[in-house]
Amino acid sequence: MPSLLNISNLSISVQDNSSTRMLLENIHLDVHKDEIVALVGSSGGGKTSLGLSILRLLPEAMQITEGKIIFRDKDLLQTSLRDMQDIRGKDIAMIFQDSLSAFNPVFCIGDQIAEVLQSHAGLSRQRARERAGELLDLVEIKDVKRVAGAYPHQLSGGLRQRAMIAQAIAVSPAIVIADEPTSNLDVTIQAKILALFKKLQTQMHLSILLITHDLGVVRFVADRVVVLSQGRIVESGNARVILDAPTNDFTKQLMAATQI
Amino acid sequence: MNVHIFQKNRLAVLCLLMLGILYCSAIFADFLSPYSYDNEDRNYSYCPPMKVHFKDDDGRLSWPYIYGTSFVFDEFHKRIYTEGTTQKYFIRFFVQGDAYHLLGLIPLKRHLFGVEEKGRLHLWGADSRGRDLLSRILWGARVSLSIGLIGVLISFFFGLLIGGISGYYGGWLDNLVMRVCEMVMMVPGFYLMLALRAAFPPNLNSLQIYLLVVVIFSFIGWASLARVIRGMAISLKQREYVLAAKTMGISDMRIIFTHILPHTFFYSIVAIMLSIPGYIMGESALSLLGLGIQDPFASWGNLLSEAMGIVQIRFAPWILLPGLFIFITVICFNVVGDALRDALDPTLKAEGQK
Repeated sequence: MPSLLNISNLSISVQDNSSTRMLLENIHLDVHKDEIVALVGSSGGGKTSLGLSILRLLPEAMQITEGKIIFRDKDLLQTSLRDMQDIRGKDIAMIFQDSLSAFNPVFCIGDQIAEVLQSHAGLSRQRARERAGELLDLVEIKDVKRVAGAYPHQLSGGLRQRAMIAQAIAVSPAIVIADEPTSNLDVTIQAKILALFKKLQTQMHLSILLITHDLGVVRFVADRVVVLSQGRIVESGNARVILDAPTNDFTKQLMAATQI
Repeated sequence: MNVHIFQKNRLAVLCLLMLGILYCSAIFADFLSPYSYDNEDRNYSYCPPMKVHFKDDDGRLSWPYIYGTSFVFDEFHKRIYTEGTTQKYFIRFFVQGDAYHLLGLIPLKRHLFGVEEKGRLHLWGADSRGRDLLSRILWGARVSLSIGLIGVLISFFFGLLIGGISGYYGGWLDNLVMRVCEMVMMVPGFYLMLALRAAFPPNLNSLQIYLLVVVIFSFIGWASLARVIRGMAISLKQREYVLAAKTMGISDMRIIFTHILPHTFFYSIVAIMLSIPGYIMGESALSLLGLGIQDPFASWGNLLSEAMGIVQIRFAPWILLPGLFIFITVICFNVVGDALRDALDPTLKAEGQK
């Protein structure tokens, strides 16, 4: 099966003050259709940067030194910025860890979801708002009217995270990059959100690149797992297989840490 | 916005009220003023403010009235006005007078107050050509008060737009825009104003001059604002919701307008309030020098230009009254702006009190 997203030989360097060091080296990653791939690694290990590099939104200090990011037979690193803007949100969307700071505090949730629909689906303002309501319904929010009209700080973390998922799937992207989507939530809500991911993935035929450090999350949803350590991929393969019998030391350490 | 903090500042509330009154009287100037701005009677040149009488000859309370005035020339050929004692002119409400269109629409001839025919009412005196100063101040308020507002709105539009774009994109564009800003700011504003005014033909009609003055002010005013907004945009574009908007493929212009500029709103409101006085003073200065609004049209600055000679000030001090209005307006805007800043951004206040 050809992969939807294929990252090969990707290296990212980061410039701090005067020196340049490698953040990620020689990364290979495949995401197939209808698949949840978990990218696991320690904090500050460059997981988020890898996610951002797919969308070509790395901060200025970071640079892709080599490699290819092939999405639907097109190298995203060679794509013009204008085409990139079309791909962002429409084909590849992203979900952030901190839902409070990922929403603009001065606009209500409904309008921010509608903004995406207006930009990509070309809907009228009125129509986009209606559709935003439907999307909020789709992510299992009960009180759609209130949530759509609320400002980000007025909602609970769980509701906000759902709203962000609704925003990400607004124009039915092929891939959603979810950057630690449940790390800020307590365990019960975490489970619900993950169940929602699973449901959406089968319903909408999404592929999800799940960035996390929590192996519990991985076990719950992921089909495949890629373990990142010291800027390199140390282990990758079927999630069940790896979690049941890790071969790499770092993976073992992670497993041990989770079991505490 | 913390309304309580603003309301607690009694002085600011008073000033806001004052500004409200001033702007209302500018809007209804034609109705409130007894005469039109160009209604002149040379027999009343430099007529001093008239005294309103409330008691008749027998000392009983009476409907307010004024006496007719007459003048004689003294040895320096200066007019000495004396109040008559025989001819009474009662002050009437809704008297017939010069025709005008209320709010530019409704044709009317009635004025709020005035005196009967043949008499002339100059509560705040008259100018050299015998035009009522009260009327001219009210008419002049239209120009002086609106020029600040319109000028500020235009220059803020450009300041926000240019500052937002420059800060958001950064790089060479930012560099270029900021150097242009510095060039505009480098030249002292008043001389730039004079030079710009001189660059345009002198024989323009009053509307053209009005527009010209607005354009000149906007041209000078956008730069300093653009610099501040640019700085805010640079800090705002680091926020995660801007990154989130980018990952959603929202266009740059849309990000600037919905995710960057709204966050400069509080600053902008305060800056607008605090920069309006500058525009009012600028217009006054231009008109005072005869480069702005031209006679017979009135603005506060051009009214003051009559008070440039020591002789006029010595013998007709009431023609300085427009200056008082400029003073009041400027003070009010500053006090309200200060209070708004305290109400909108408590951290700024704390810094100011250090």
